[in-house]
Amino acid sequence: MPTILSIAADALAYGMVLFVISIGLSVTMGLMKVVNLAHGAFAMIGGYIASYVTQQMGLPFGVAILAAVLGTVLIAIPLERFLYRRIYGARDLTQVLMTIGITFVIIGVANFVMGPSLKTIALPSELQAPVDLGFRTIAAHKLFAVAVGVVVAGALWFIIERTPFGVRLRASVDDAAMAGALGVKTKWVYAVSFALAIGLAALGGVVGAQLLPIEPYYAMHYMVTFLVVVSVGGAGSITGALVAALLLGAVQTTGRYLMPEYGEFFFYLAVIAIVCVFPNGLMGRFK
Amino acid sequence: MSRLVLTMLALMLSSSVAFADTIKIGVVGPFSGPAALQGRNFQAGIDAWLAVNGNTIDDDTIEIVYRDLPAADPSQSAALTQELIVSEGVQYLGGYYYTPDALAAAPILEEGNVPMVVFNAATSALVNASPFVVRTSFTTWQTSTPMAAVARERGIDKIITVVSDYGPGVDAENAFVTGFTAAGGQIVESLRMPMNTNDFSPIMQRIKDSGAEAVFAFLPAGPATLGFVQAYVENGLKDAGVQLLAPGDLAQEPDLAALGDNALGLLTTFHYAVSHDSPENAAFVKAATTAIGNAEQLSFPAVGAYDGMYVISKMIEATGGKQDAATAVEAVKGLSWISPRGPVSINPENRHITQNIYLREVAFEDGEYINKEIQTFENQGDPGWKAP
Repeated sequence: MPTILSIAADALAYGMVLFVISIGLSVTMGLMKVVNLAHGAFAMIGGYIASYVTQQMGLPFGVAILAAVLGTVLIAIPLERFLYRRIYGARDLTQVLMTIGITFVIIGVANFVMGPSLKTIALPSELQAPVDLGFRTIAAHKLFAVAVGVVVAGALWFIIERTPFGVRLRASVDDAAMAGALGVKTKWVYAVSFALAIGLAALGGVVGAQLLPIEPYYAMHYMVTFLVVVSVGGAGSITGALVAALLLGAVQTTGRYLMPEYGEFFFYLAVIAIVCVFPNGLMGRFK
Repeated sequence: MSRLVLTMLALMLSSSVAFADTIKIGVVGPFSGPAALQGRNFQAGIDAWLAVNGNTIDDDTIEIVYRDLPAADPSQSAALTQELIVSEGVQYLGGYYYTPDALAAAPILEEGNVPMVVFNAATSALVNASPFVVRTSFTTWQTSTPMAAVARERGIDKIITVVSDYGPGVDAENAFVTGFTAAGGQIVESLRMPMNTNDFSPIMQRIKDSGAEAVFAFLPAGPATLGFVQAYVENGLKDAGVQLLAPGDLAQEPDLAALGDNALGLLTTFHYAVSHDSPENAAFVKAATTAIGNAEQLSFPAVGAYDGMYVISKMIEATGGKQDAATAVEAVKGLSWISPRGPVSINPENRHITQNIYLREVAFEDGEYINKEIQTFENQGDPGWKAP
């Protein structure tokens, strides 16, 4: 029994980290219909900024999170204006080629600026200490990741479903021409949602850095994992991404505990099974 | 008639001038991509050697021709090696970070009449691939075996091994298990983790549940080692007194700052520590730091390259600058010298380097984390090598 609880605790933390990073990708792919393979690259930029702010400048972790999110969004705004705007509505292949190119450029620049070695983010002592859950101890930063995941899921759901901006976003996505005719500034809506998605990527990069360490090839290493979470969850669905991240996190963690030598086998087996039964993902929308 | 004599004289003169040649050394390594740091260390080791010894041997000038191989890619390695020999006309080959790359290039050596000095690849069987392969790095067997003795000396009876599931990881497991069981210890469990594992909490839970007194781990130097050591601390294994033992890949110097206090007390066995206390190493570290530009990036592949350059220079001396791989390799069999890592020699039988393996403990001294050498296992050969 303690073993099961212990696996569950690890699975929850890992799943939440996957969720926080992947949800931004789910927004761009589901709501904006852009296959943004550079999503992981933005998470990596966030991680690098947080690492620089905490390690080189010696500023607190909270400042680092803010700087990472804002800094990454600032970097992404010109990219959205000059590169992404050209591929809205383009064929998938065009989008894939453009965004994978952006990924490689970001990897190259990040390597040049930050160097080829591994970077870590200094955590405050409260987040480093182990927390006793009764049946086992778990690192406090994992609990923090879980909390961030819950807050992000709630806030996103509220923004998209309950605010005027959410209404405009959903309208722009469904029928951009009609929404524009009704006075919705679609370009502006797209730019803001893009910034939101990038900000989430950066946040995920920082919060998840203890499990997915920030290194030069981060963007390539975890790209498939993030894509899998989105496709299993159903692009554009917050609940879907959450369920998918938790489910896949659980499968992977359990597999790692019980049969580590099988590696990713159970993870991909679960993916194949789910996609067979739910071709649009667990909660796909916008058929 | 006199014109003919003059012409012949002129020809002889020009040909004797041609003896003072430029000798090209081809170096294949990862200069971009995920392992670019290790490639930079190759370069730093070579530049350090050139800075200390100059770029001429007798009358010949040395020129290094680099070829980038970003990831392990045997067919590309063979193609680059062939291109170096055929188009660039290199007389010596050096570098090779990954074993498969060196293996793929080995069959070309005899045909091309070129010796290969392996700066890093660490699989025992590599030296059997061609009689022209000489190695100045180490093998996983060589660095892992002494750890079994260390564990026994510290009174550890039950141990669990955890390794990355690929060639060197399996080598490390075999080396440790062989040494530890021979010394009367018991292996309670052996786990193999896939290469791309990034969440190690489940592994740590397994280690806890196994009831082992210590864990022997091997992961290749790189991002995963950070997560592994962090998970080891965060899951309470360090506090519970489960000792972490590993070959030095887990604590290479550029990663120590990132590991921070979590790594303190970590015991590793390895052939080289940047902190090694000797005049040869002080000179090497000074030159290599200038070459690499940042003291924190200096790591073990640099010393493999530095010693590799020494071996190649001896080969050039022995052949007088002529291309003669057999003579060159023969000349360095049994060669012994004082390397930055300590006294070393080339085993005449398998052309692999015999060297000291040090037990090191991660310590914090003078404001930086270092691998502090606390015990020496002298003149270690390669226990994993089997005669072909």
